[in-house]
Amino acid sequence: MIDRARVTAQPVALLGPNPTLRMPVEAFDYVAPRSLAEAYAHLGNGRTSLLLAGGTDVIVQLREGRKRCDQLIDLKHIPELMRFGFAPDGTLEVGAAAPLAALYEDAEVLRRVPALVDAASIIGGTAIQSRASLGGNLCNASPAADSSAALMVLGARLLIGSASGTRELPVEELFAGPGVNTLQPSELLVQVRIPPQPPRSGAFYLRFIPRNEMDIAVASAGARLELNATGDRIEGARIALGAVGPTPLMAKAAAEALAGEVPGEEAFARAGELAAGVASPITDMRGSVAQRKRLASVLTVRALRGALQRAREAR
Amino acid sequence: MAATEHPSYKVIGTRPVRPDGVEKVTGKAQYGADVRLPGMIHGKILRSPHAHARVLSIDTSEAEKVPGVMAVVTRADFPVAEDVVQDLGEGAVSVKELSDNVLASDKVLYRGHAVAAVAATSPHIAEEAAGRIRVEYAVLPPVLAVRDAMREDAPLLDEQRVTKEMGGQGSGRPSNVASHLRFAGGDVEAAFAAADEVVEREFTTKMVHQGYIEPQNSTASWNADGTLTIWTSTQGAFVVRSQVAEVLRLPVSQIRVIPMEIGGGFGGKIPIYLDPVAALLSKKSGRPVKIVMSRTDVFEATGPTSGSYIRMKMARKDDRITAVQATLAYEAGAYPGSAVGAGAMTMLSPYNIENFVIDAYDVCVNKPKTSAYRAPGAPAAAFATEQMIDELAKNAKLDPLELRLKNSAHEGTRMVNGAVFPRIGAEETVRAALTSPHYRSPIEGPNRGRGVASGFWFNAGLQSSVVASANSDGTVNLIEGSTDIGGTRASLAMQLAETLGLPFEAVRPTVADTDSISYNDVTGGSRVTFASGLAVYEAGQELRKEMVRRAAKLLGVDEAELVYEDGGVQSTRDATKRLRFSEIAAKAGQTGGPIAGKGAVQARGVGAAFGTHVVDVEVDPETGKVQILRYTAVQDVGTAVHPSYVEGQIQGGVAQGVGWALNEEYYYDESGRLLNASYLDYRMPTALDLPLIETVLVEVPNPGHPYGVRGVGEVPIVPPLAAVANAIAEATGHRFRDLPISPRRIMEETQGLA
Repeated sequence: MIDRARVTAQPVALLGPNPTLRMPVEAFDYVAPRSLAEAYAHLGNGRTSLLLAGGTDVIVQLREGRKRCDQLIDLKHIPELMRFGFAPDGTLEVGAAAPLAALYEDAEVLRRVPALVDAASIIGGTAIQSRASLGGNLCNASPAADSSAALMVLGARLLIGSASGTRELPVEELFAGPGVNTLQPSELLVQVRIPPQPPRSGAFYLRFIPRNEMDIAVASAGARLELNATGDRIEGARIALGAVGPTPLMAKAAAEALAGEVPGEEAFARAGELAAGVASPITDMRGSVAQRKRLASVLTVRALRGALQRAREAR
Repeated sequence: MAATEHPSYKVIGTRPVRPDGVEKVTGKAQYGADVRLPGMIHGKILRSPHAHARVLSIDTSEAEKVPGVMAVVTRADFPVAEDVVQDLGEGAVSVKELSDNVLASDKVLYRGHAVAAVAATSPHIAEEAAGRIRVEYAVLPPVLAVRDAMREDAPLLDEQRVTKEMGGQGSGRPSNVASHLRFAGGDVEAAFAAADEVVEREFTTKMVHQGYIEPQNSTASWNADGTLTIWTSTQGAFVVRSQVAEVLRLPVSQIRVIPMEIGGGFGGKIPIYLDPVAALLSKKSGRPVKIVMSRTDVFEATGPTSGSYIRMKMARKDDRITAVQATLAYEAGAYPGSAVGAGAMTMLSPYNIENFVIDAYDVCVNKPKTSAYRAPGAPAAAFATEQMIDELAKNAKLDPLELRLKNSAHEGTRMVNGAVFPRIGAEETVRAALTSPHYRSPIEGPNRGRGVASGFWFNAGLQSSVVASANSDGTVNLIEGSTDIGGTRASLAMQLAETLGLPFEAVRPTVADTDSISYNDVTGGSRVTFASGLAVYEAGQELRKEMVRRAAKLLGVDEAELVYEDGGVQSTRDATKRLRFSEIAAKAGQTGGPIAGKGAVQARGVGAAFGTHVVDVEVDPETGKVQILRYTAVQDVGTAVHPSYVEGQIQGGVAQGVGWALNEEYYYDESGRLLNASYLDYRMPTALDLPLIETVLVEVPNPGHPYGVRGVGEVPIVPPLAAVANAIAEATGHRFRDLPISPRRIMEETQGLA
């Protein structure tokens, strides 16, 4: 399909739609804007667009006919989208198209936000990770996306841009349903912002897959725990679940029940049961309803254990 | 290692680098998808979205209008197929059904069934145009599982089909059961009555795929002189030729099949799918036409192996298995021809069991027509037998390997089909497993268990031919006709080098096309190193004789005083009179012209293969995930011609068997749509899911081969299903008799999840 696409860095509006190129096959235009402003202009030209970051989902979807578009907008030539780094206030700002491998290989990211590395390092294999991006993983809106639950417990916010300005929203508000996000056609995800983590806190993400690699989560869980100054009580918690509902889910009741508790198996087991109560999974080739509900509980407990260990190490 | 008595070989038993190795690891080897010809265009197949439907009409007019489209083909372009049966070496097929499977006629019988095809100047135009073919279907209810298909009220795939009974044509009402076989001996009822213990159980397995990496492909050129050339990835170029000849009703002499390198087959690349379609598209367009399947096409429309249902009753008296009664029903897929017969004939073969009745049913369902898959039919059958034996051993507090040893088959034991074993290594593999470091090591820790299982495969002989020609520099060109899947260029060159007393590097093997060598059956049945090896031996003997004749001329002595030994010809009277192979070859032009030898065999003396496996697992009690901690595969390999490639075959078979046991399955929805037609969701094990698989090569030479060769490729997939299940039973306290034993199944069973 790619070899029939017109490769141009020029705005399509200047060339105009070319009916002979649209026919007879499902060709699409490929555009590679060099700036956000240029990208916004493409998004506003009235044609159906798909955004190309790493392309590890969208190219497969196009090839298999699961998605179609008039134009594919390559975001990898926009410098802001390819960068990541810590702001002076400690916020980790990740350009939406930055490759995952660059992110998880960064020593400072690993030191300060290990739960992000938990997720980023298991999305696809090494070859995929050298292209795939956080922005793509999020906007593809798979309920099983590994970055979603991790970013939800880290309290990440998304910087959304369009020709008319920018807005921010909590990451959990990006998801509308399987494969559907809440962005407007004129908008694109610019940056993922992970705020500095609370003191004496730790976060952890894990998934369950039947194999040890190259698989999609049957269920997944992320957790963040904040301990009190003496480390014997939980001050606050966040729990998120993946692949057990139409979108990644925040397990609020489970998290709230942990506040004030002694960190340990008893409290974690209760939180696990409450988390499973939020799950509304389906049965498909990857797992069953009952299995996924049970996994939601098991994985929540395991995520909490991991988070507790990191919180203790942080103290 | 068991004791071996074979003579000391110079080349056999060494581990040289395979002749095709460099080309493959540098990416220069040419696979089917690499074929590019002048003027070549691309074909695309339109496939049925329904699992079961009548085809009412096909309108290709819109597709033909698409610019760039050069030909459209439907079944109407095929000659009328005769209902005759053709033998493929590993299974037989009706030409009518083969044609119907290549391109549907009046009915589509599974989702993905080919209905029409387009050739165009690019694959994308062909795909677009195929989408514009209008097919009118009358959708029928599908039947997907073997036991459902056997019900009297099941939807019928073929209203004309009646069950064929053994030894005669069937009668009675139409049925999806294509055939029924029965094997019986002794008196099971009396044995059950006299038994200490009788256990009866049911087992099921799901349809699974071979999992080769390279999708099926074919490039065809219908030439101006009426001949047809086909470049394709296949396990047997000659069998492609004969199948295409039957489907297109051409003489075989008009078809030349050029086998490309093959990216895995495991039995799945014996039937044809694309070749006649590419050929007719080429005939219509006047251009060479290439078709390459997508991964989805491969999963949905090529031949996997059967899902199965087995019920088995087994009796024990003291430490003897005294009787077995079994019923096997295998899914054939859309057309008859599952490997249920092989399942029935292999399931008891590691043992000497006097009383048995085995009923085997071949059942059509609305899923792709099954094809061979590594020891076809045997793994599912062994999954039942080997768990039954395990259960009886545990109940009687007997070591499961000791019980196997007590009941082991040996020379003279009669199989259920009446065949009598010559010298075999069944007992030897069990003994070697018993004394292996693995089995003697303790297994400790919670949620861990050890399982064992044995397996048998017939191995095949069939037809092979080779030509060996001496070059003037003392090397030998070996022309053969067997697709090299498992390193057979190496194993054949090694046998010729051994025969001629030459170094391995002096033999240059080439796999030739169907115009360049006489007939060869498929690479299947673990037969090539054995049967083509016999042909190689014959060719080598012919070369040796010719070398003696030529040396007599060169030395001016009588032939009778010369012997061929150690890579040259030696006078028995005068030690100084000796010529090396290369010296004689260099002077061929002065002694009578080119020196060549041929071998052409209908191989007899097939040596059967036995294996016994030991596996340790750990099961996560919360998630049901199984880790393979350690795996040891013991196998009687006859003579390990190239031990590294023998070990590789064993490890590969185990890897596939473990995948089959734990996660692999065709997962269909109710309408007959395959929901996991990709390697993401069809979960084969990755390198991270398996430990290094330890191998123990037992060498009980096959008396039917000059070097004692037995086929080694297939039997290693037979024991793993049951070995893993037996280990999981130990680890969890739960018996799993339905495959796959996925985390989901383990959680459901051990945690009582509905």
